[in-house]
Amino acid sequence: MRKADICLASIGFLFLALLLLLTVHPGSSQEHHERIETGKQLVSRLGLTDLSLFTEARYTRHISQADSHAAFQDHPRAVEHFPSGSMVRPPRHLWTHSKGAAAFLQNKGPAR
Amino acid sequence: MKSIERQRNFIDFMLSSLLQRKGKNASVLVVYSLVVFVLASVIFFGSALRREAASLLAEAPEMVVQRTMAGRHDLIPLKYASVIRRIRGIHSVAPRLWGYYFHPASLANYTVMAPAHFSNADHEVVVGAGVLRTWGTIANQELVFKTYDGQLLRLKIAATLDARTEIITTDLILTSERTFRRLFGVPAAFATDLAIKIRNQAEAGTIKGKILEELPDTRPLTRQEILRTYAALFDWRSGYLIVILSAAALSFFIFAWEKATGVNAEEKREIGILKALGWDTSDILIMKFWEGAIISCVAFAVGVILAYFHVLFASATLFQHALKGWSTLFPSFKLPPTINFFQIAVLFFLTVVPYSLLTIIPTWGAAVTDPDAIMRQ
Repeated sequence: MRKADICLASIGFLFLALLLLLTVHPGSSQEHHERIETGKQLVSRLGLTDLSLFTEARYTRHISQADSHAAFQDHPRAVEHFPSGSMVRPPRHLWTHSKGAAAFLQNKGPAR
Repeated sequence: MKSIERQRNFIDFMLSSLLQRKGKNASVLVVYSLVVFVLASVIFFGSALRREAASLLAEAPEMVVQRTMAGRHDLIPLKYASVIRRIRGIHSVAPRLWGYYFHPASLANYTVMAPAHFSNADHEVVVGAGVLRTWGTIANQELVFKTYDGQLLRLKIAATLDARTEIITTDLILTSERTFRRLFGVPAAFATDLAIKIRNQAEAGTIKGKILEELPDTRPLTRQEILRTYAALFDWRSGYLIVILSAAALSFFIFAWEKATGVNAEEKREIGILKALGWDTSDILIMKFWEGAIISCVAFAVGVILAYFHVLFASATLFQHALKGWSTLFPSFKLPPTINFFQIAVLFFLTVVPYSLLTIIPTWGAAVTDPDAIMRQ
């Protein structure tokens, strides 16, 4: 067999394997669905609001419940926890409101 | 058919030429695959986390009302619930009791919660898998707590939460309401916050406004705001990811630029000999294009496949140290990679296409030069 044929066949095989992995992947497995359903039932029953990913501080453990002071209220010179604070941004509703505050402070009135 | 045969001949010759410099070309392939691996791992893992959060938290409370005082989250009086119940569109208001307990032996923070329906006795708790793993001082299936007034409180572990749900329950300790208040000293007339059910989700914004009018010292949070918080988790705009992606992109472009800025003497001599033997400039460029395309396609496929297995089987070990951060308690979870074809296509066009073209540019300079001049250099 020619080198070109072996090379093209190998590339074809690699891309076919990639396509199979991307289309027929474990995200659609029964086990995954059961795990998600169990999790959703627990969230509903317990009234949970956040993932339990970063447990070192209040504002990283319950990101969605944090307010704009949360990251700095532990002591007067508190700095944000690293690297958790750099992997997740503050809740969107906090920094969309801050644009309104900035405009107000510049005497331009409320942000439109 | 003739043109296909012609291309196969080009590829044959190109492969023979590549095999003469095995070491150099193998290292090019490895570096290229590594860059694609890092980028694809970030894409898969980030998408998987965001999808997991969106799926699980779809059942989060429709609205949560907190009370703030002096910029801090404070306990909310239960009488606020009766004020909120009077607002039109509210289905139900339920107090939530939850807080944090720091255990000195494990240096970990745990989330203690008293659910509305707790079927175990007051002296019993239900814990997440991470609690069992990290508490460190469990004896006779008991956890010993120190209450707010310095008393010791022994609670027996009655059950553990499903380990498959660790990503949401790893640090949870569920107790009865009486035990919770005993542990933290929360007065009977207060709760941590209130969970609201709304009759019509479309009215959430209006109801939020009404709550703020009635109770200006509160902070209502809708389910949509909770879900949007997690839509930004581990995405490319977070600081840590920008550093990783920038480093990977920069190393790739340095590597591609190094290819683009010159052809070494041996390659020039080879091009000169081919021109002397009758090859056209276009033939040489087509051969070089195949070289770039084949190396980049192989590197792309290998990098993405390795990234897939890295996320699926190794739980994205590359990012674990970063996710764990300062935490002494971290959930154990395996997330199936979430495939975003658009992002994969973008990765393909940002890596394969530029590299394939960049191998042609330096070759063109040598290919249009007089072969006699090249061979004499």
